[in-house]
Amino acid sequence: MLRYLARRLFLTIPVLLGVATLVFALIHLIPGDPARAMLGDVAPDADVVQLRRLLGLDQPLAVQYVAFLGGLSRADLGTSLRTGAPVATEILARLPATFELAVAAMVVALSVAIPLGVIAAVWRGTVVDHAATVLSLAGVSMPGFWLGPLLAIVFGVELGWLPVSGRGGLEHIILPAVSLGAALSAVLSRMTRVTLADQLAEPYVVAARARGASTGRAVLLHAFRNSLIPIVTLAGLQVGAVLTGAVITETIFAWPGVGRLLVQSIGSRDYPTVQGCILLIAVTYIGVNLAVDCLYVALDPRIRYR
Amino acid sequence: MRNAGIAIVGVVVLAAVLGPWLIPFDPSAQELALRLEGPSRQHWLGLDELGRDILSRVVSGARVSLAVGLIVVSVSAFIGAIAGSVAGYYGGVVDDAISRVIDVLLAFPGVLLAIALVAVLGPSLTNVALALSSIGWVGYARVVRAQVLQAREFEYVVAARAVGAGSPRILIRHILPAALPALTVQATLGMGGAILSEAALSFLGLGVQPPTPSWGAMINYGRAHILDAPHLTVFPGLAIALLVLGLNLLGDGLRERFG
Repeated sequence: MLRYLARRLFLTIPVLLGVATLVFALIHLIPGDPARAMLGDVAPDADVVQLRRLLGLDQPLAVQYVAFLGGLSRADLGTSLRTGAPVATEILARLPATFELAVAAMVVALSVAIPLGVIAAVWRGTVVDHAATVLSLAGVSMPGFWLGPLLAIVFGVELGWLPVSGRGGLEHIILPAVSLGAALSAVLSRMTRVTLADQLAEPYVVAARARGASTGRAVLLHAFRNSLIPIVTLAGLQVGAVLTGAVITETIFAWPGVGRLLVQSIGSRDYPTVQGCILLIAVTYIGVNLAVDCLYVALDPRIRYR
Repeated sequence: MRNAGIAIVGVVVLAAVLGPWLIPFDPSAQELALRLEGPSRQHWLGLDELGRDILSRVVSGARVSLAVGLIVVSVSAFIGAIAGSVAGYYGGVVDDAISRVIDVLLAFPGVLLAIALVAVLGPSLTNVALALSSIGWVGYARVVRAQVLQAREFEYVVAARAVGAGSPRILIRHILPAALPALTVQATLGMGGAILSEAALSFLGLGVQPPTPSWGAMINYGRAHILDAPHLTVFPGLAIALLVLGLNLLGDGLRERFG
């Protein structure tokens, strides 16, 4: 396992380097002069020259690239043009909020998806199954930026049960987490249904039932554990969707996380912060996928890595 | 389920194609005296914050959504099919190089890279299509590569090689047709994804610019009036959900049919 982990970590290095290169290239894709684009057309030339020097844009491209990678190795993501603070500090201050929202959305998604998927698989082909399928397809098709405002109208404004903006106690996170977790739960419930239904048809489950195991025991103790691997894989892959969805959900519910920082930075053309946010989200995604790979062994002892 | 998908997508496509003749009002025409008015006999879906007919704007928005979806899917599928077939057919260093590029692009979650690209290129419909295509091809490349890896060992391919057929001919005439069903499923599901992504970018103000009607942008502007005029947000959202649901049903049906 340790050897596998070391190999996976080693293989991650070129991907991380590629991600860093692409993020570095972003600022150079700005049409015309990036410094002028950031400050606007009416900014005095002296300010543009100063900003170009500050960002190192007056240096040869290779020098800029080496300096960028050097900065990353020291966790230096540059300086925010909007606040003047280090980008890393700005992001770190908002990271707990995004982490909290992502975990809450995942909890909402799993606690809806798994029971729904299990029910659909056990009662496959019945009205319950069809209803669950339609519900999950509707969930996948519904844009989060539409569901969020609708939830806010019903539960925040009409019923007055929950706050619709900001971060605070548990009640503040419910609407953003449901809004972000809805599409995710739809995807996961479909996967749970398919994999569990496959497992329920396997001889070991039939044998367990023949020995007198109840439906609940056969499903939960025998089949469910074996269907966990694809579910965990998909949940891991969906972390990407959660992080992207967080950009929109945080904007709708004024949740003070990295996603909202990204949108605010785009609006104010604070490109060093945009680069930092994108880099952080991509690196988090890579890390989660690596962790999911390692989780396989814990879930299924039959898996041995060479 | 597939028939339901065909019906939903068919209705939206018809509305988009016949839109200019179907819509009761000019989507940009303003009746400021009636702004934010709810659904009525004259304006079935009500009017927006500038007094524009929402039904006419939703129908016009279908053209934008479908156009972006079609462009993104066509460009992505074209690039993905070439990259995937070249990687799968030639293998070795070529496959390694293309696969590493795919790995790097897959390290960016969802539409995040598209958001970043449009943020630096500037908000416009062209840049949205460009950004979504530049990440969208990866999914097609993976599907086609897997299919080509299988197909290149088939006997009819080996036979074609033995009688002297060149690599481009083998790829285009013999191998790519075998990957077409998988590519079709991917394209149908990818179209729903592209439409949702365009709407998300327009919602963030990075996509279609006013006064062109776009479902995502309509929801964004409608948010400011969500308390006094929820119809501004509800109808464009319903349109997105319905079209994406139709495409998902169709894609699922095709996947079951093609295995």
